[in-house]
Amino acid sequence: MNLSILVPLLVSVITAATPLLLAATGELVVERAGVLNLGVEGMMLVGAICAFAAMFITGSPILAMLAGAAAGAVLSALFGVLVLTLASNQVATGLALTLFGLGLSALMGANFVGHPIVPLAKLAIPGLSSLPVIGPLLFSHDALVYLSVLMTGAVGWFLNHTRGGLILRGVGESDTSAHSIGHDVIRIRYYAVLFGGAMAGLGGAYLSLAYTPMWVEGMTAGRGWIALALVVFAAWRPWRVLAGAYLFGGVTVLQLYAQGSGFVLVPTQFLTMLPYLATIVVLTLMSSGSVRSRLAAPACLGKPFRPVS
Amino acid sequence: MEGNLSQTTLTAGHTAGTDERLDLRGITKRFPGVVANADVSLAIRPGEIHALLGENGAGKSTLVKIIYGILQPDEGEVRWNGTPMIIPNPHAARALGIGMVFQHFSLFEAMTVLENVAIGLDSPEKPSKLAERIRGVSAAYGLPLDPLRDVHTLSVGERQRIEIVRCLLLEPKLLIMDEPTSVLTPQEVGRLFETLRKLAAEGCSILYISHKLAEIKALCDRATILRGGRVVGGCDPKVETASSMASLMLGAQIKPLARRATTALGPSRLVVGGLDLPADTPHGIGLRGISLDVRAGEILGIAGVAGNGQNELFLALSGERTVETPGTIMIDNTRVGHLGAERRRALGLCAVPEERNGHAAVPEFSLVDNAVLSGHRREKLLAGGLIRAGRALDFATRIIKSFDVRTPGPGAAASSLSGGNLQKFIVGREILQKPGVLVVSQPTWGVDAGAASAIHAALLSLTSEGSAIVVISQDLDELLAISDRIAVINVGVLSAARPTASVSLEELGLLMGGMHEADVAKAASPEREMADAP
Ligand SMILES: Nc1ncnc2c1ncn2[C@@H]1O[C@H](COP(=O)(O)OP(=O)(O)OP(=O)(O)O)[C@@H](O)[C@H]1O
Ligand SMILES: [Mg+2]
Repeated sequence: MNLSILVPLLVSVITAATPLLLAATGELVVERAGVLNLGVEGMMLVGAICAFAAMFITGSPILAMLAGAAAGAVLSALFGVLVLTLASNQVATGLALTLFGLGLSALMGANFVGHPIVPLAKLAIPGLSSLPVIGPLLFSHDALVYLSVLMTGAVGWFLNHTRGGLILRGVGESDTSAHSIGHDVIRIRYYAVLFGGAMAGLGGAYLSLAYTPMWVEGMTAGRGWIALALVVFAAWRPWRVLAGAYLFGGVTVLQLYAQGSGFVLVPTQFLTMLPYLATIVVLTLMSSGSVRSRLAAPACLGKPFRPVS
Repeated sequence: MEGNLSQTTLTAGHTAGTDERLDLRGITKRFPGVVANADVSLAIRPGEIHALLGENGAGKSTLVKIIYGILQPDEGEVRWNGTPMIIPNPHAARALGIGMVFQHFSLFEAMTVLENVAIGLDSPEKPSKLAERIRGVSAAYGLPLDPLRDVHTLSVGERQRIEIVRCLLLEPKLLIMDEPTSVLTPQEVGRLFETLRKLAAEGCSILYISHKLAEIKALCDRATILRGGRVVGGCDPKVETASSMASLMLGAQIKPLARRATTALGPSRLVVGGLDLPADTPHGIGLRGISLDVRAGEILGIAGVAGNGQNELFLALSGERTVETPGTIMIDNTRVGHLGAERRRALGLCAVPEERNGHAAVPEFSLVDNAVLSGHRREKLLAGGLIRAGRALDFATRIIKSFDVRTPGPGAAASSLSGGNLQKFIVGREILQKPGVLVVSQPTWGVDAGAASAIHAALLSLTSEGSAIVVISQDLDELLAISDRIAVINVGVLSAARPTASVSLEELGLLMGGMHEADVAKAASPEREMADAP
């Protein structure tokens, strides 16, 4: 295999991984704060349609990205009111959020189906982009690709090296201890949930602005669930989320190439299934208590908290 | 720190009402169904060690949570150095110089000691500098602590040190301790008292809550007594006796424990022979060659310094951990080593674990549901897989009545009970099932003097009905009071049980410290050794 095939292949791995990375990084922060938001798929979809609509109407990529993030955040705020303020069951509420997002995005997108937009521009970095191999591989992407990697690094730094990160982890580890020390558990969880929503929205925006620049109903095609599985897969560590997202991206692309090149050892349907199969396995493991503790999940993950005062 | 505190020391000792450091006036706090504090007034001077006494549910924890800003009073005023204050949250309390060590620790298991300290400080600090300060404070007060260890690898005593060091780093003017010694070994208690006396000498006020009246006598300068949320009086612990304080606290005399007449013991009901159990966690203790034999009508006490295999022994007896050879554990001549807790329960073995929240009881469940969890088989609370609600309610109500559990009713969540009341409930739940064999760990942990004697009396009356009881406890006085024979567990090895009448506190202490039985016999009676020599 020569470079002229390998480089585009790797570039497409990066693009396939980016929406997963964005959404999973957001969800990681949410879960480290002790909240399980299963509504990632729904928030991605609403982010995708809002970003697409903003792009179609205003033509401004910046506004489009902001619209995607804002839409995800608004949806997650709804989730926050239900599970944090009203202390409802997080699993049920998250599932409902996904269904709601699915329906809402279809409704909002009814008039946008089939319209073309200008895809997100690739940002050329002077000097670096023209390097052979490295240039096209690493330095000729759109803004969201760079942002996704930067955000993962920033989240890793925030969680492990700042006081805010310490408190956020503390809230996920023991809500009662954090409360008795005097940290406002509910407020910190709201921040985390909103951040997670915005990141999921951006992940969706990447799909409709860059990955396939158009609106198709249900276009996330289960990526929200893959992002959820990635967080567990990565044992709640940001850098492992990065590795995991690129691995899942790689599997997705390989399967496309295998289909395209007529390379058939196993039926392609099996390859198509792979990412989803892995997701189901990981999500099932996650709900089993013993595995959860071995994976060092935040101890209060999914537990509602009601402060007394 | 030094200069700051020594200045305040100058004002210590004055009695005028104006130089109180903390002055609570008419504090009232209501919860749904209970008035936890009613018109409570309390004043603490600089450098004073002030005891807060009261039976379980008297409102002690509630009051100190108000001082620390976790709860807000419904009525009343808090004065700090004479100025009326509202303490909206713990940040504000810490800014005033109030530190608190909680009855249930406020720690984060998956984090390091350093992180646990940092999260409780109000301004960010460089980790390396903070670690240095932690080492400094722990050296100055004799509280050894390694900042880089993970909390879940530490013993209870070490965990408490984190909480204390966290407070000391704030250079507190008032340190609140809510039952700090209920989980400590005698040696750790001694060390804690030295620290507290040193702090008090530097001018720090200390508000100290404990059910152990002997400790209060040894440590505190003044005491305020709460009953049913009200202040019923104060006293000077130095001049009172433990039993006079207990009767002030309960408003009634404690009945001395009536030891039953030694009846003839029945057949062996629980026999363990050569039980080996490997540790299941990296920091756990493995059990080696444990043998014991408890007969009907007998109480076997198991003493030992915390973390010497008591938990593992409890799990092995209760059936939460099983062994492959069925014959190593026998209940009424049935081999049960391989059977789980549920099957053993059916054969008559009930168990009360040490940790009440999450092990003995599900905190979010109501008392009725918690009663069903362990009592459904022996109390016949199920019918065809369905819960018989009436019977379950009746069972829970009986527990509450017989053991004087203070709660609005059987529908209350277990987590809303005060620590001691929940303990009475879970002990009562097992005793009322009339087990043939009862294994109890720390039966009176955090329980007030009155309730402790009620639990002891209930255990004794259970033996007179022919049950065999194993009591695992760190409280030697308790073991000496109720058990017929005592054995000591040390790094997973159980000594031979000896009749309580023939062991002394000193011998037990030596065994707990890891000395061998033969050596203890020598150390305890050197003259006998000499007389025996030719
Ligand atoms: N969050 C709460 N909700 C409802 N009731 C509560 C709550 N916290 C405490 N109570 C009730 O208030 C009363 C006082 O409880 P508190 O914990 O202050 O007792 P305590 O004196 O510390 O007892 P113990 O010695 O057992 O720790 C109890 O009746 C308890 O059930
Ligand atoms: Mg208490």
